[in-house]
Amino acid sequence: MLANILNKFPENFPLRELVVAGLVFLAVLLVLISQGSAYGVRMLVEASCYAIIALGLTIQWGYGGQFNAGVMGFVALGGFCAMLFSVPVNDAFWSTDLPGELGRAFVWLIAGVLLVVAVSQLHRFGLSKRLRTVLTIIVALITWMVVKSVFAPVTSAIENQAGFIGGLGLPAWIGWLVGGLLAGLVGYFIGHICLGLRSDYLAIATLGIAEIIKAFLKNEDWLTRGTATVSPLPWPTPGPAELGFVLSRSIYLAVTAVMIVAIFFLLQRAYHAPWGRMIRAIRDNEIAAQAMGKDVNKRRLEVFVFGCVLIGIGGGALTTFNGIFDAQGYLPLNHTFLVLVMVILGGPGNNLGTILGALLVYIIWVMSEPLALYVMHLYADVAGSLFGWEAPANLSSRALQARVFVIGLLITLVLRYAPKGLMPEKLTHEKG
Amino acid sequence: MSLLNATQVQGGYGGMNILKGVDMAIDKEDIGVIVGPNGAGKSTMLKAIFGLVQVTDGDILLRGESIRNRQPNELVHLGMGFIPQEKNIFPSMTVEENLEMGAYIKPRTTARMLEKIYSFFPDLKQKRKQPSGELSGGQRQMVAMGRALMTEPTLLLLDEPTAGLSPLYMQEIFDRIVEINKAGVGILMVEQNAKQALAIATKGFVLASGQNLFTDTGEKLLNDPDVAKSFLGG
Amino acid sequence: MNELVFFINNVVISGTVAGSIYAIGAIGITLVFSIMRFAHFAHADLMTFGALMVLMFTSLFPGSGALLGIPTPLLMLPLGMAMTAFLAIGIDRTFYKPMREHGVKPIVIVIASLGVTLMLQGLIRLFAGTGSRSMYVGESKGIYRLELPFELASRPIVITEPQITLILFTLVAVIGLHLFMHRTRTGKAMRAMSDNPDLARVSGINTDKVVMVTWILAGCLAAAAGTFLSMDVSLTPDLSFHLLLPIFAAAIVGGVGHPYGAIAGGFLVGFAETLSVFNWAVLLRPIRHWFPEWVEIPRTLALVGTEYKIVVPFFILVVVLVWRPTGIFKGKVI
Repeated sequence: MLANILNKFPENFPLRELVVAGLVFLAVLLVLISQGSAYGVRMLVEASCYAIIALGLTIQWGYGGQFNAGVMGFVALGGFCAMLFSVPVNDAFWSTDLPGELGRAFVWLIAGVLLVVAVSQLHRFGLSKRLRTVLTIIVALITWMVVKSVFAPVTSAIENQAGFIGGLGLPAWIGWLVGGLLAGLVGYFIGHICLGLRSDYLAIATLGIAEIIKAFLKNEDWLTRGTATVSPLPWPTPGPAELGFVLSRSIYLAVTAVMIVAIFFLLQRAYHAPWGRMIRAIRDNEIAAQAMGKDVNKRRLEVFVFGCVLIGIGGGALTTFNGIFDAQGYLPLNHTFLVLVMVILGGPGNNLGTILGALLVYIIWVMSEPLALYVMHLYADVAGSLFGWEAPANLSSRALQARVFVIGLLITLVLRYAPKGLMPEKLTHEKG
Repeated sequence: MSLLNATQVQGGYGGMNILKGVDMAIDKEDIGVIVGPNGAGKSTMLKAIFGLVQVTDGDILLRGESIRNRQPNELVHLGMGFIPQEKNIFPSMTVEENLEMGAYIKPRTTARMLEKIYSFFPDLKQKRKQPSGELSGGQRQMVAMGRALMTEPTLLLLDEPTAGLSPLYMQEIFDRIVEINKAGVGILMVEQNAKQALAIATKGFVLASGQNLFTDTGEKLLNDPDVAKSFLGG
Repeated sequence: MNELVFFINNVVISGTVAGSIYAIGAIGITLVFSIMRFAHFAHADLMTFGALMVLMFTSLFPGSGALLGIPTPLLMLPLGMAMTAFLAIGIDRTFYKPMREHGVKPIVIVIASLGVTLMLQGLIRLFAGTGSRSMYVGESKGIYRLELPFELASRPIVITEPQITLILFTLVAVIGLHLFMHRTRTGKAMRAMSDNPDLARVSGINTDKVVMVTWILAGCLAAAAGTFLSMDVSLTPDLSFHLLLPIFAAAIVGGVGHPYGAIAGGFLVGFAETLSVFNWAVLLRPIRHWFPEWVEIPRTLALVGTEYKIVVPFFILVVVLVWRPTGIFKGKVI
């Protein structure tokens, strides 16, 4: 019956797209009605930022078949740059002689790096390679300790006298762009090492770098105030204080929406351009692509770096909107796995599917919190008497754990039963 | 009743039929040799018999019983042995361990069979504690044959046993195959070195684009001007 | 002399303990990798699960170990191992096996294993909460203080009961594993399958059984490592999180698919970590008079602060991937 109806549509009728889009629209409408427009618009802005991040991941996973397990790290880098550029200038820091000392410490750092690089090239002057390696390691260790000891007094002085170095007082969008570039730079570093190897290694390395970025942002108080967090972060658009919540958030939403549209068209063009075809050729049959003389690793690196840039930009926009930079607020669950679900559920390699998937998954995610809490209360009543291990006082944190489980289950189920997502990548057969 | 009887076999990888109806019959005392140009489906036919390629139509009988699309390890239990063309040893394991793995399904006979294989391939006995990956090409081929013989199969399938070997070793391998056959093992093999292989064959199958082109005794095929013209290169 | 004791306590013993844990974990990773060809991210959560099971049985029968004169968690370890092996097989049957048979790329199974990680973490925290617990229920941890027979050494070398058991267990496990892999038919079949999976199938080796045995081994080792670590420190759900990167680094450094490499890699990563966070100023102070006047020994002289401990395995990983991606002992899978 249903199949009959479906068969009546012409083959290229975007039925699937319409159904998914309708579902998303309905969900948005429901949230707007039930939770009020201020809440609803806030959720939409966050969802749109996630959509940008998800587009970055869909390039990596959908286009390139590369699994980035450390999206969180790149999001945090974007957020950090957004904070660094947009937060007002800290006079307590700039009016002292600390900037000069910090500058001197950086000169030490650069000199140290140059020295180590120079030593590592000594084999060009007839030194045996083994001796060079040993020398490089020793020099690197000593340089590292020296640079560390140069930085330590400066950074602690900054923390004591000025709190942190403050921002640059520039518009937030500059921070987003720089954040994207920084994320791309880190992506280049990781991709350069891992992309020629088994795909599993990239997953492990990205997982690691994300934790390291987080540890850095959390512990370098002079740069980020660490656990003390930085807030408020100025918006690039008029803030709620001037225009009220609904209007200001709507303007912000307009900005992110324009960004999504711009990225979307850019990606669509790239996907159908020779570059995109080549990328997909590499993903689908690496050996054949290699045999055709394509520079596989270079193309892969481009894909990975480009994806990281988008993730960084999206992370910047998200952090600015939240109005607070908190290094501990970046969680693998929210900022890596949720994005992964958006991509694999929406349809890896399908840009529209990814955007719709991001909206849908984020709405479900936000709305599931009260639901999970309700289920947890039910569980507490029933199972609390059975197990009695822990007083059910921390129900909300346990509700969070239930969602961790659901996200994990969703990932495995989608991968097993619908590996192409709600909106599969459309394979166009180019003629000629 | 033939040992192996394949009728009108069709099959291939991922829905694409490479075999388009191949017939093949082998008896216990036969050495069957499959020859043909590249892409004729020679190795595919061998793999289809051993359950490594999906058979979509036709049937394959082993002693009258259908073995179509059976799992390889079941076929080993039924008395078949298979020697792949490449990667046909466990390189990090010693020669003896390789042979033991051959007898995995018959652990009780291991000791007895090891003796038998070592007397058949004296070279291997000397190297039995050496990782097989360190051996020469011809010795590796002997390890591979020894491994397949450990289960005392009644039918041995070989995929290009002499590929990449020097002429000296090639002749040695062919001699061994004849000896194995004389001990009562039916042989079916794919060979690129068609002339030498057909010389020892009791049955020859010339395949082209997934179909039987000629089927006859090895000697007749060698002397058939049509076969010579179309395939053996004059 | 006290400085030397400090060094032994903080580097030699801590490094051996961390190294043993990483080695046991890395063996599991490397076994799964060599048989099924994918990086099993949920391995560290099997460790937590195993420890949790042991804790559960320990709280069900507190003090029962006293009958044999051993700590109860140690008595319950076999039960925890069995449960973990059971869980590992169950996970494989439900999630990984269908995907393997469907012929998906290994990286998709890697993502699925991350999904399993989340599920396990969610479940563990859901039922056991997020706080940390002691594995000793109504018992106390045995701590040995070895006084040194030197006049200058007033401080003792401190080693705990679980640390000693862990080191012994690692030894037994390594020898046992070696014998298993080289002397038994199933062990040899495992090596064969890791060498050449297609030929293993063609030889009539029951690959399903080999896969199952691999999960049993991986599960048992994971449960043991998790239990010993939790006995030594305490059981927290975050345990797996801090273990994941070091054990992967250890497996890759040693050469993936190479159990002995995994052991070497585990100790390398373990010692690298402890040496990096060790405060070298402690050792320099007694030889202060050897340095010229102007040299000032800082209060702390560690390569990295403890908050950056995670950088160490990552750094090792990056160095190995750049310098020799097959690992020290030339792994089979790159």
